[in-house]
Amino acid sequence: MEVIRSQKRTVSNDVVSNPTIPLYLTAPFMEVRLEEFELFAIDRLRVLKGVSDGLARGKNPKEMDDLVDSLWKEHMRHSDVSEMLNKDIISHFVLRLVYCRSDELKKWFLSMETALFRHRFRIKSFQVQRATVGDFGLSYKPVTGAQVESLKEKLGQVIRSTGEKSPNVETVYYKVPFEEVPDLVAGRRVFIQKGYAFVAGSQLVSMVITQFRSHLSKALILTNRKWMTTIREREKDRLTPIVEALSTSYLGPDYSQSNEYADISLKDIDQVSKSSFPLCMRHLFEKLREDHHLKHGGRMQLGLFLKGVGLKLDDALAFWRAEFTKKVGAEKFDKEYAYSIRHNYGKEGKRTDYTPYACQKIISSAPGVGDHHGCPYRHFSEDNLRAALGRMGLSSRGMEDVMDKVRNKHYQLACTLTFEAVYGTSCDAGINHPNQYFEESQKILKSKTPSAPV
Amino acid sequence: MTKEEIGNRGDDMMIETTNPKPKIENPDEFNVHYLQLYYGKLFPYIEFHKWLSYGHDGKHPGCDESYFNRREFSFTLQNDVYTRYRSFKNASAMENDIKEKCPYKIDIGAVYSVDPSKRKAYSESGSNVFVPVERELVFDIDITDYDDVRYCCSGADVCSNCWPLMTVAIKVIDTSLREDFGFKHILWVFSGRRGVHCWVCDAKARRLTNEQRSAVAEYFRVYKGNENNARKVALMGFSLHPFLARSYVDYLKDFFEGELQATQSIFSSKEKYEKILDMISDEGIQSELREKWENSARSSLSEEAISRTRWEQLKNTLQSKKQKAPALRMCVEEIVFTFTYPRIDLEVSKQMNHLLKAPFCVHPKTGRVCVPIDPNNCDEFDPLAVPTLSQLIEEINSGGDRMEEDDDDLDRTLLGKSIKFFRSSFLEPLLKSCKEEIESSYKAKIEKSKDSLSW
Repeated sequence: MEVIRSQKRTVSNDVVSNPTIPLYLTAPFMEVRLEEFELFAIDRLRVLKGVSDGLARGKNPKEMDDLVDSLWKEHMRHSDVSEMLNKDIISHFVLRLVYCRSDELKKWFLSMETALFRHRFRIKSFQVQRATVGDFGLSYKPVTGAQVESLKEKLGQVIRSTGEKSPNVETVYYKVPFEEVPDLVAGRRVFIQKGYAFVAGSQLVSMVITQFRSHLSKALILTNRKWMTTIREREKDRLTPIVEALSTSYLGPDYSQSNEYADISLKDIDQVSKSSFPLCMRHLFEKLREDHHLKHGGRMQLGLFLKGVGLKLDDALAFWRAEFTKKVGAEKFDKEYAYSIRHNYGKEGKRTDYTPYACQKIISSAPGVGDHHGCPYRHFSEDNLRAALGRMGLSSRGMEDVMDKVRNKHYQLACTLTFEAVYGTSCDAGINHPNQYFEESQKILKSKTPSAPV
Repeated sequence: MTKEEIGNRGDDMMIETTNPKPKIENPDEFNVHYLQLYYGKLFPYIEFHKWLSYGHDGKHPGCDESYFNRREFSFTLQNDVYTRYRSFKNASAMENDIKEKCPYKIDIGAVYSVDPSKRKAYSESGSNVFVPVERELVFDIDITDYDDVRYCCSGADVCSNCWPLMTVAIKVIDTSLREDFGFKHILWVFSGRRGVHCWVCDAKARRLTNEQRSAVAEYFRVYKGNENNARKVALMGFSLHPFLARSYVDYLKDFFEGELQATQSIFSSKEKYEKILDMISDEGIQSELREKWENSARSSLSEEAISRTRWEQLKNTLQSKKQKAPALRMCVEEIVFTFTYPRIDLEVSKQMNHLLKAPFCVHPKTGRVCVPIDPNNCDEFDPLAVPTLSQLIEEINSGGDRMEEDDDDLDRTLLGKSIKFFRSSFLEPLLKSCKEEIESSYKAKIEKSKDSLSW
């Protein structure tokens, strides 16, 4: 096979020192050695995993920029610019194959690649950014001069509302349909008038991200189709094993199936909830016992967690029924709630076996009135959190350490510190899943009290 | 589901009736025979069908005649049987089915890529062709979500003292949908008991992706509090976003200081003002105000006057301390937003395939019809004056049901005004712009095919 490069570039000095970021619009025709296929993919996975950890730690955009910059330099750098570009493109397309194979994998890959692209884009110069926008074929006419002037007050208001004290209204704005910058609209970070958002030059990244994300999302569906229909079978002795092994190595354990430490029964549940549940689940559990009711978000978060710790469907039904019937009566429970519990166990509807929520999902949820789900470290007021930690037996010293992490928005680190304070051992891996918290705690408790000799 | 839960929580609480006031709940108003008559004689099938066809009525060569047929309807039947994915070929098929099944509730879902009632056949073909393609952008606001800031009612109860919270919500959201997002075809509907629904029907709104719907919903989200945090609204930054600033200046502030103080007297008792003091993140100011108010407890003033005085005191105190404590910068606004800003059930808005109760249904608990609300005159809307099923039946029995005749006749019947409003203020302008859009996209298609021929 011949080496054909589709993205042939004239390597001018400018490009060498400051290349645009590839958009991965079409798969390149080029020859790839089998070991590169795997090694490049693993290096990129290291970057994506680093991005995922950074996001889970609640790093702010600026910190993420720095993180992505250093991750990229560490794993993807090559002395030859065109080699580096090759590695970038090859590794991306290999991972598409790896992560196209299920919805869960697709979702993870899509959000990590999008985050990676976002931060790589943000650290480029404005010229490079504009060039990248051009590569996408986005042709927005900038709004300048008099029109910016006439909206100056509103534009300034938007900037002040995002926390800048003295607004510097930028010189270039782009007027785009609001649908094209959903993240800016969602965060109220743009002025919107009659259906158009006024996007500042420094917010270009949002327009590009929307394009990048939707393009990649569609591409993954197509790749999946190709994988299912041809590639998997054709490559079953060569690429398929590599591809299948790659995805499992870095996603962390799957908590949808319970394992040896996770097998609780109904009679132990109260005791176990006190000894081994992370605060988010303890809180939901206690509220359920207290109010005999939880709203949807709480039922999902707690219900899937309980599934993950090994509560069987029949036990789960009995558990929820026992509480809910005190409030709504048995008939209403069977009619309205039992369905969704069976649904969680994959017995209704799409019959998907739903996986328990990871910390990242719980932290980013938005509990409203009457809700008790979410991450206590993020969603509780300081007073409530202190009281809850006190009930878990934290000393005032331990509590201050936890609160310190909370103030810096390191919610998972706060939870990790709580774990360490409660069990008196270190937890180097850090907590990133409630079910992981549970299992680690069970491991410790069971090693302390060996089962009585028969 | 969440809605039903809240409803139940409310039902449990209906215990004391010392001060009888008009109640929205009225079990005598609803039964299946009345409902049959209502569907037989009054339900506006023609308007309903016209609306959901969006101009695809077969009269124009550019029409998509399968459009209405691809819409999902769901019925909740008398015995609580819930049937999803119903669809109808045309207006008379819909009319016949509704008359025959006599549903307690009709929900409207999305327009799918294929006829939803045949989705099984398509799914057997393997590929994923059954997907939602269009759906009005909808909003659902429930008075139950205001229970922590209203003292007259709780749960599903509504009275003329707390309904104005809904009115303000309509004004804030309606203004933003028009001014900020540029939408024109917006239908507000009384949900029959304790809230309002909003249907944004512009073509652009119907084609928003889930992600874009979420973005609009999040744009409206201010209320981030939950049960474990006293400060329910956190306004960051150095000023309000233009949308929030307009809502505050045009609607919220006046409502808070006027009507809300008059009806809820939100500072009048210790229990009430403690909740507000909790929102001030400065213990010095909290105790200063608390001291002042505890001492002034025995006053001859009315509850409302006490409440107003305390609000002024709070504002002045915060004003004087503003320089020292930047965290208090937005405190006054935060309190006003907490009490008055719309609390939308955002999950309903975010997904294309979420179902929402159809206008002109009858609420089984209240017997009231889900009539449209005119956002320009929403102050005049009174949920307790909405016609009930039994009133409508009485009117039919006394011979007043000839409503299809002409508009003048319509005005004279109970439901007629609502149907007339639906027709003239919502449906006609909507259909006009739908026709224009069909026409222009048809022209573009013709042009395109001409171009390709000439090649």
